[in-house]
Amino acid sequence: MGLTAMFDVKEDVLIVRLSGELDHHEAELLREKWKDMMYTNSIKHVILNLESVTFMDSSGLGVVLGRYKEVLQLGGEMVVCSVTPPIERLFEMSGLFKIVRLEDNEEFALTTLGVAS
Amino acid sequence: MKNKMSVEFSSVSVNESFARVTVGSFIAQLDPTMDELTEIKTVVSEAVTNAIIHGYNNEPNHLISIDCSLRDGEVELTIRDKGIGIGDVEEARQPLYTSKPELERSGMGFTIIENFMDSVEVTSKTGEGTTVRMTKQLSKSKTVCN
Repeated sequence: MGLTAMFDVKEDVLIVRLSGELDHHEAELLREKWKDMMYTNSIKHVILNLESVTFMDSSGLGVVLGRYKEVLQLGGEMVVCSVTPPIERLFEMSGLFKIVRLEDNEEFALTTLGVAS
Repeated sequence: MKNKMSVEFSSVSVNESFARVTVGSFIAQLDPTMDELTEIKTVVSEAVTNAIIHGYNNEPNHLISIDCSLRDGEVELTIRDKGIGIGDVEEARQPLYTSKPELERSGMGFTIIENFMDSVEVTSKTGEGTTVRMTKQLSKSKTVCN
Protein backbone atom coordinates (compact mmCIF):
# COMPACT_ATOMS: atom_id res chain seq x y z
CA MET A 1 0.00 0.00 0.00
CA GLY A 2 1.06 3.60 -0.50
CA LEU A 3 3.65 4.81 -2.94
CA THR A 4 7.42 4.98 -2.74
CA ALA A 5 9.38 7.31 -5.01
CA MET A 6 13.12 7.02 -5.65
CA PHE A 7 14.95 9.70 -7.59
CA ASP A 8 18.28 9.41 -9.35
CA VAL A 9 20.11 11.91 -11.55
CA LYS A 10 22.39 10.75 -14.37
CA GLU A 11 23.92 13.63 -16.32
CA ASP A 12 20.93 15.70 -17.49
CA VAL A 13 18.38 12.96 -16.89
CA LEU A 14 16.15 12.64 -13.84
CA ILE A 15 15.11 9.05 -13.23
CA VAL A 16 11.92 8.59 -11.22
CA ARG A 17 11.31 5.06 -9.95
CA LEU A 18 7.89 4.50 -8.44
CA SER A 19 6.59 1.50 -6.54
CA GLY A 20 3.17 0.91 -5.04
CA GLU A 21 -0.16 2.58 -5.80
CA LEU A 22 -0.43 5.90 -7.64
CA ASP A 23 -3.88 7.36 -6.97
CA HIS A 24 -5.08 10.92 -6.18
CA HIS A 25 -3.92 10.70 -2.56
CA GLU A 26 -0.40 9.60 -3.50
CA ALA A 27 -0.24 11.89 -6.57
CA GLU A 28 -0.64 14.94 -4.32
CA LEU A 29 2.32 13.82 -2.18
CA LEU A 30 4.46 12.82 -5.16
CA ARG A 31 3.99 16.07 -7.10
CA GLU A 32 5.96 18.29 -4.71
CA LYS A 33 8.90 15.89 -4.35
CA TRP A 34 9.07 15.37 -8.10
CA LYS A 35 8.95 19.11 -8.84
CA ASP A 36 11.66 19.74 -6.23
CA MET A 37 13.94 17.20 -7.89
CA MET A 38 13.36 18.75 -11.31
CA TYR A 39 14.27 22.26 -10.21
CA THR A 40 17.07 21.60 -7.71
CA ASN A 41 19.01 19.54 -10.26
CA SER A 42 20.16 20.73 -13.63
CA ILE A 43 18.20 18.27 -15.72
CA LYS A 44 16.56 18.27 -19.12
CA HIS A 45 14.92 14.88 -19.52
CA VAL A 46 12.85 12.62 -17.28
CA ILE A 47 12.67 8.83 -17.30
CA LEU A 48 9.68 7.46 -15.43
CA ASN A 49 10.14 3.84 -14.40
CA LEU A 50 6.76 2.27 -13.57
CA GLU A 51 7.97 -1.32 -13.16
CA SER A 52 6.75 -1.69 -9.57
CA VAL A 53 3.55 0.35 -9.76
CA THR A 54 0.73 -2.01 -8.85
CA PHE A 55 -2.16 0.43 -9.30
CA MET A 56 -2.67 3.66 -11.20
CA ASP A 57 -5.70 5.75 -12.14
CA SER A 58 -6.43 9.05 -13.91
CA SER A 59 -4.91 11.06 -11.04
CA GLY A 60 -1.62 9.30 -11.80
CA LEU A 61 -2.00 10.30 -15.44
CA GLY A 62 -2.56 13.89 -14.26
CA VAL A 63 0.71 14.08 -12.35
CA VAL A 64 2.61 12.57 -15.31
CA LEU A 65 0.99 15.07 -17.70
CA GLY A 66 1.89 17.94 -15.37
CA ARG A 67 5.57 16.96 -15.32
CA TYR A 68 5.53 16.34 -19.09
CA LYS A 69 4.55 19.97 -19.61
CA GLU A 70 7.45 21.09 -17.40
CA VAL A 71 9.92 18.85 -19.24
CA LEU A 72 8.78 20.48 -22.49
CA GLN A 73 9.58 23.89 -20.98
CA LEU A 74 13.09 22.61 -20.24
CA GLY A 75 13.41 21.56 -23.88
CA GLY A 76 13.63 17.91 -22.91
CA GLU A 77 11.74 14.69 -23.32
CA MET A 78 9.78 12.39 -21.07
CA VAL A 79 10.33 8.67 -21.47
CA VAL A 80 8.23 6.06 -19.67
CA CYS A 81 9.62 2.57 -19.21
CA SER A 82 8.80 -0.86 -17.81
CA VAL A 83 5.03 -0.42 -17.75
CA THR A 84 2.75 -3.29 -16.79
CA PRO A 85 -0.15 -4.24 -19.11
CA PRO A 86 -2.91 -2.49 -17.05
CA ILE A 87 -0.94 0.77 -16.98
CA GLU A 88 -0.10 0.48 -20.66
CA ARG A 89 -3.84 0.21 -21.33
CA LEU A 90 -4.51 3.33 -19.23
CA PHE A 91 -1.85 5.29 -21.14
CA GLU A 92 -3.24 4.11 -24.48
CA MET A 93 -6.82 4.96 -23.54
CA SER A 94 -5.83 8.51 -22.63
CA GLY A 95 -3.58 9.07 -25.65
CA LEU A 96 -0.52 9.68 -23.47
CA PHE A 97 1.73 7.58 -25.72
CA LYS A 98 1.26 10.25 -28.39
CA ILE A 99 3.33 12.65 -26.29
CA VAL A 100 5.56 10.50 -24.07
CA ARG A 101 7.85 7.84 -25.49
CA LEU A 102 7.62 4.26 -24.21
CA GLU A 103 10.74 2.10 -23.84
CA ASP A 104 11.14 -1.46 -22.56
CA ASN A 105 13.53 -0.71 -19.73
CA GLU A 106 15.43 2.04 -17.93
CA GLU A 107 18.83 1.15 -19.36
CA PHE A 108 17.61 1.38 -22.92
CA ALA A 109 15.69 4.59 -22.17
CA LEU A 110 18.93 6.12 -20.82
CA THR A 111 20.84 5.10 -23.94
CA THR A 112 18.24 6.77 -26.18
CA LEU A 113 18.77 9.99 -24.22
CA GLY A 114 22.52 9.79 -24.83
CA VAL A 115 23.54 8.64 -21.34
CA ALA A 116 25.90 5.67 -21.12
CA SER A 117 24.73 3.49 -18.25
CA MET B 1 -27.93 -15.71 -5.69
CA LYS B 2 -27.81 -12.08 -4.65
CA ASN B 3 -25.32 -10.60 -2.26
CA LYS B 4 -24.81 -7.01 -1.34
CA MET B 5 -22.80 -4.67 0.85
CA SER B 6 -22.79 -0.98 1.70
CA VAL B 7 -20.05 1.17 3.10
CA GLU B 8 -19.88 4.84 4.03
CA PHE B 9 -16.72 6.83 4.74
CA SER B 10 -15.30 10.35 5.12
CA SER B 11 -14.39 12.40 2.05
CA VAL B 12 -10.62 12.22 2.60
CA SER B 13 -8.18 11.07 -0.06
CA VAL B 14 -6.60 8.36 2.10
CA ASN B 15 -9.97 6.55 1.81
CA GLU B 16 -9.57 6.14 -1.97
CA SER B 17 -7.44 3.04 -1.48
CA PHE B 18 -9.73 1.81 1.33
CA ALA B 19 -12.72 2.08 -1.03
CA ARG B 20 -11.19 0.18 -3.95
CA VAL B 21 -9.66 -2.53 -1.75
CA THR B 22 -13.00 -3.02 0.05
CA VAL B 23 -14.95 -3.41 -3.19
CA GLY B 24 -12.18 -5.61 -4.59
CA SER B 25 -12.43 -7.94 -1.58
CA PHE B 26 -16.20 -8.13 -1.87
CA ILE B 27 -16.25 -9.06 -5.57
CA ALA B 28 -13.47 -11.66 -5.06
CA GLN B 29 -16.21 -14.25 -4.38
CA LEU B 30 -17.16 -14.05 -8.08
CA ASP B 31 -13.61 -15.13 -8.96
CA PRO B 32 -12.91 -12.21 -11.33
CA THR B 33 -9.92 -12.25 -13.67
CA MET B 34 -6.97 -10.01 -12.73
CA ASP B 35 -8.02 -7.58 -15.47
CA GLU B 36 -11.60 -7.41 -14.20
CA LEU B 37 -10.43 -6.85 -10.64
CA THR B 38 -8.10 -4.03 -11.76
CA GLU B 39 -10.90 -2.47 -13.82
CA ILE B 40 -13.37 -2.47 -10.92
CA LYS B 41 -10.78 -1.11 -8.49
CA THR B 42 -9.89 1.62 -10.98
CA VAL B 43 -13.49 2.77 -11.48
CA VAL B 44 -14.06 2.86 -7.71
CA SER B 45 -10.95 4.98 -7.35
CA GLU B 46 -12.10 7.33 -10.13
CA ALA B 47 -15.62 7.82 -8.79
CA VAL B 48 -14.50 8.28 -5.17
CA THR B 49 -11.80 10.75 -6.25
CA ASN B 50 -14.42 12.71 -8.22
CA ALA B 51 -16.66 12.84 -5.14
CA ILE B 52 -13.79 14.13 -2.97
CA ILE B 53 -12.29 16.68 -5.37
CA HIS B 54 -15.35 17.87 -7.26
CA GLY B 55 -18.41 16.92 -5.21
CA TYR B 56 -16.98 18.09 -1.92
CA ASN B 57 -14.25 20.51 -3.11
CA ASN B 58 -11.69 18.64 -1.00
CA GLU B 59 -13.58 19.31 2.25
CA PRO B 60 -12.93 16.39 4.59
CA ASN B 61 -16.08 16.57 6.73
CA HIS B 62 -18.53 14.87 4.33
CA LEU B 63 -19.58 11.33 3.56
CA ILE B 64 -19.34 9.14 0.46
CA SER B 65 -21.30 5.93 0.19
CA ILE B 66 -20.80 2.82 -1.91
CA ASP B 67 -23.43 0.15 -2.51
CA CYS B 68 -22.26 -2.97 -4.26
CA SER B 69 -24.47 -5.87 -5.23
CA LEU B 70 -23.68 -9.11 -7.01
CA ARG B 71 -26.23 -11.11 -8.95
CA ASP B 72 -25.57 -13.90 -11.46
CA GLY B 73 -22.01 -12.76 -11.99
CA GLU B 74 -22.96 -9.14 -12.52
CA VAL B 75 -21.46 -6.43 -10.35
CA GLU B 76 -23.57 -3.36 -9.70
CA LEU B 77 -21.87 -0.41 -8.06
CA THR B 78 -23.48 2.81 -6.85
CA ILE B 79 -21.20 5.56 -5.58
CA ARG B 80 -22.90 8.57 -4.07
CA ASP B 81 -22.00 11.97 -2.67
CA LYS B 82 -24.17 14.77 -1.35
CA GLY B 83 -21.91 17.49 -2.69
CA ILE B 84 -22.29 20.40 -5.09
CA GLY B 85 -23.47 18.30 -8.02
CA ILE B 86 -22.54 18.54 -11.70
CA GLY B 87 -24.22 21.30 -13.72
CA ASP B 88 -23.71 19.65 -17.10
CA VAL B 89 -23.22 15.87 -16.87
CA GLU B 90 -22.71 15.44 -20.64
CA GLU B 91 -19.85 17.96 -20.60
CA ALA B 92 -18.28 16.36 -17.51
CA ARG B 93 -18.24 12.97 -19.26
CA GLN B 94 -16.24 14.25 -22.26
CA PRO B 95 -12.67 12.93 -22.48
CA LEU B 96 -10.07 15.43 -21.22
CA TYR B 97 -12.76 17.69 -19.72
CA THR B 98 -11.93 18.96 -16.25
CA SER B 99 -13.50 21.71 -14.19
CA LYS B 100 -10.26 22.02 -12.22
CA PRO B 101 -7.32 22.28 -14.65
CA GLU B 102 -5.26 24.05 -11.95
CA LEU B 103 -5.21 20.79 -9.96
CA GLU B 104 -3.45 18.86 -12.76
CA ARG B 105 -6.45 16.68 -13.42
CA SER B 106 -6.16 14.57 -16.57
CA GLY B 107 -9.88 14.78 -17.33
CA MET B 108 -9.96 11.05 -18.03
CA GLY B 109 -11.96 9.82 -15.02
CA PHE B 110 -15.36 9.30 -16.63
CA THR B 111 -13.76 8.05 -19.87
CA ILE B 112 -11.94 5.34 -17.91
CA ILE B 113 -15.13 4.44 -16.03
CA GLU B 114 -17.06 4.13 -19.32
CA ASN B 115 -14.33 1.99 -20.86
CA PHE B 116 -14.12 -0.41 -17.92
CA MET B 117 -17.84 -0.88 -17.16
CA ASP B 118 -20.75 -2.19 -19.27
CA SER B 119 -23.14 0.58 -18.27
CA VAL B 120 -22.65 3.91 -16.51
CA GLU B 121 -25.46 6.16 -15.37
CA VAL B 122 -24.72 9.55 -13.80
CA THR B 123 -27.46 11.45 -12.04
CA SER B 124 -26.67 14.77 -10.48
CA LYS B 125 -28.47 17.76 -9.13
CA THR B 126 -26.77 21.07 -8.40
CA GLY B 127 -26.51 21.54 -4.64
CA GLU B 128 -27.74 18.01 -3.87
CA GLY B 129 -25.03 15.68 -5.05
CA THR B 130 -24.06 13.08 -7.60
CA THR B 131 -24.81 9.39 -7.98
CA VAL B 132 -22.84 7.15 -10.32
CA ARG B 133 -24.44 3.77 -10.98
CA MET B 134 -22.46 1.22 -12.93
CA THR B 135 -22.75 -2.42 -13.91
CA LYS B 136 -20.33 -4.99 -15.23
CA GLN B 137 -20.85 -8.63 -16.14
CA LEU B 138 -17.85 -10.75 -15.24
CA SER B 139 -16.57 -13.08 -17.95
CA LYS B 140 -16.25 -16.32 -15.96
CA SER B 141 -19.77 -16.10 -14.62
CA LYS B 142 -21.02 -15.41 -18.14
CA THR B 143 -19.55 -18.70 -19.35
CA VAL B 144 -21.18 -20.57 -16.46
CA CYS B 145 -24.56 -18.95 -17.12
CA ASN B 146 -24.49 -19.88 -20.79
